[in-house]
Amino acid sequence: MRFIFKTRYEQDLVLFKHGGQKFWYAVLVAALLLAPLLFSEYFISQLVFIWIYSVVGLGLMLLVGYTGQVSLGHAAFLAMGAYTEAYLQARGWPFLLSLSSAAIVSGVTGIVVGLPALRVKGIYLSIATLSFGFIVEEAVTRADSITGGNTGITLGNLEIFGWAVDSEAAFYYVSLVVLILCILGVMNLMRSPTGRAFVAIRDSEISAQSMGIHLARYKTIAFALSAALTGVAGALYAHKLRFISPEQFTIVQSIELLIMIVIGGLGSIYGAIFGAAFWILAQQLIVTAKDWLPPEIGQQTGLQPTIFGIFLVAFVLFEPLGIYGLWLKVRTFLEIFPFYRKGMFKRQKSYMKSERLK
Amino acid sequence: MTAPLLQAKNLSIQFGGLKAVNDVSFEVWPHEVFSMIGPNGAGKTTIFNIISSLYKPTAGRVIFEGEAISHLAAYEIARLGIARTFQNIELFEHATVLQNLLVGRHCQRHSSWWQDLVFTPRVRRTELQFRRHAEEVIEFLDLQHYRDSMVVNLPYGVRKVVELGRALAMRPKLLLLDEPSSGLNVEETEEMGFWIEDIKNDLGITVIMVEHDMSLVSRVSDRVLALNQGEVLTLGTAAEVQAHPGVIEAYLGGVDV
Repeated sequence: MRFIFKTRYEQDLVLFKHGGQKFWYAVLVAALLLAPLLFSEYFISQLVFIWIYSVVGLGLMLLVGYTGQVSLGHAAFLAMGAYTEAYLQARGWPFLLSLSSAAIVSGVTGIVVGLPALRVKGIYLSIATLSFGFIVEEAVTRADSITGGNTGITLGNLEIFGWAVDSEAAFYYVSLVVLILCILGVMNLMRSPTGRAFVAIRDSEISAQSMGIHLARYKTIAFALSAALTGVAGALYAHKLRFISPEQFTIVQSIELLIMIVIGGLGSIYGAIFGAAFWILAQQLIVTAKDWLPPEIGQQTGLQPTIFGIFLVAFVLFEPLGIYGLWLKVRTFLEIFPFYRKGMFKRQKSYMKSERLK
Repeated sequence: MTAPLLQAKNLSIQFGGLKAVNDVSFEVWPHEVFSMIGPNGAGKTTIFNIISSLYKPTAGRVIFEGEAISHLAAYEIARLGIARTFQNIELFEHATVLQNLLVGRHCQRHSSWWQDLVFTPRVRRTELQFRRHAEEVIEFLDLQHYRDSMVVNLPYGVRKVVELGRALAMRPKLLLLDEPSSGLNVEETEEMGFWIEDIKNDLGITVIMVEHDMSLVSRVSDRVLALNQGEVLTLGTAAEVQAHPGVIEAYLGGVDV
């Protein structure tokens, strides 16, 4: 176990708490930079999906995990981002501009969708976002002059400042950089007053107001930022698939995104990324498993949702902090080996003197 | 004579057919501890909720430093320098003690969300300043041991202190304490009494307190307001109020004289 001896207030603000963390993150980034040279194109392509879903996960985590506002319509923001990107790219906008526009269009929509959040809470808010998801899905299908309707749109090659992003490896780097920037942004937010206001709203609205937090304002910010991040992911998603159509942005997708961050671990940035990694890898594993499973099971429809459902139930029951919770345990186990005890992560209940006497 | 810090003028509030507070007026002077007592349902917490603008009074007004405040939104009250605690502890449970205290500094922030997003040098400077302010509260209330603990893991007595600390972190002019001793044992109540005295004497903060524990009330209060069924019974020193026949009747039922 590592105890950090703090001598300056700055130490509470640093992003990396100690040298070890810096070292391991440097190793991780180096490994990720080298990955395209070492692995097959197929594997790299799967990593790209993980990066994209991680960005969505971050966006959703900001809203659901940190601000406590459950959205069942996030696929709609993904669609806003994807279609904005496709539309603007076709009209010759440079990538950085169209990517920021995708974020802005999504973000502004997020503000509009966030408006009911100022009036309704909990399940009613989820229903409002759910219906928003349906509206966008329907609108995308109908507005075929912009979106191509059910036929979808194909995207051209990506080009950044004259650099043609035409290989899987090149796009891998683009999405990795976007992901790292998004992670840094969310980390900054969470160590500053805005992030604390989100957490305050999640844990107690009534005392958040009495501390001077303007609930409507911060809920709107949370919705806008969450939608903007999802929009960025949508733009990358459109480029990755090179073809988008309305059936990629259904209500099922929204629910899957939510399950993804719950499995990853609500209320942490790790959770968003672990969730995305789990989501993509598990899908691949299930596809592979279909081949060697007996056909009565392997060829059943709904195999994948069933397996994810089982995972979700198992996590909610046994590890409410998701994969992040598991990770914490494994890390602690390694750090203090061989002194790990079974009950270490049981809720630490501490007693006052008087309570102990009972 | 100085002006009163807070004035309640003919406050009334009605929930449906129930008059929870009926024509209550009082004044709170700077640097005093003003207690409100009364049986359950007397309207004490309701008055707190009116002061912090969680409820709008049906009649009457609250005046703070000469300005009417009842029309303000709840989040604007904090900016005026009014902090409060809650009867059933409303902390941010899945955050550390330190983070809870830092939320108390929220009103003093100058940055907007996009500055926070890139963590500009200015945000960093204010954060360090807030951190120092929070540390002063930690030192004042002896919370060093719990600084980085999650509130959800803390025992009740400590949470009560953390909530007091969060209110103090706002550096308020007026502090509303809703039953500071409820759920605390004798020892902890005594400690709470010391802190309330220190808050008044050392920090110069005016305190309005709703409390049932009469020993704590008599120890720390300068004046006591007794309420029953939404109406003022009497106002005076703790001893005067305790001796008042109306108060005895309200608590113990009718007495044969």
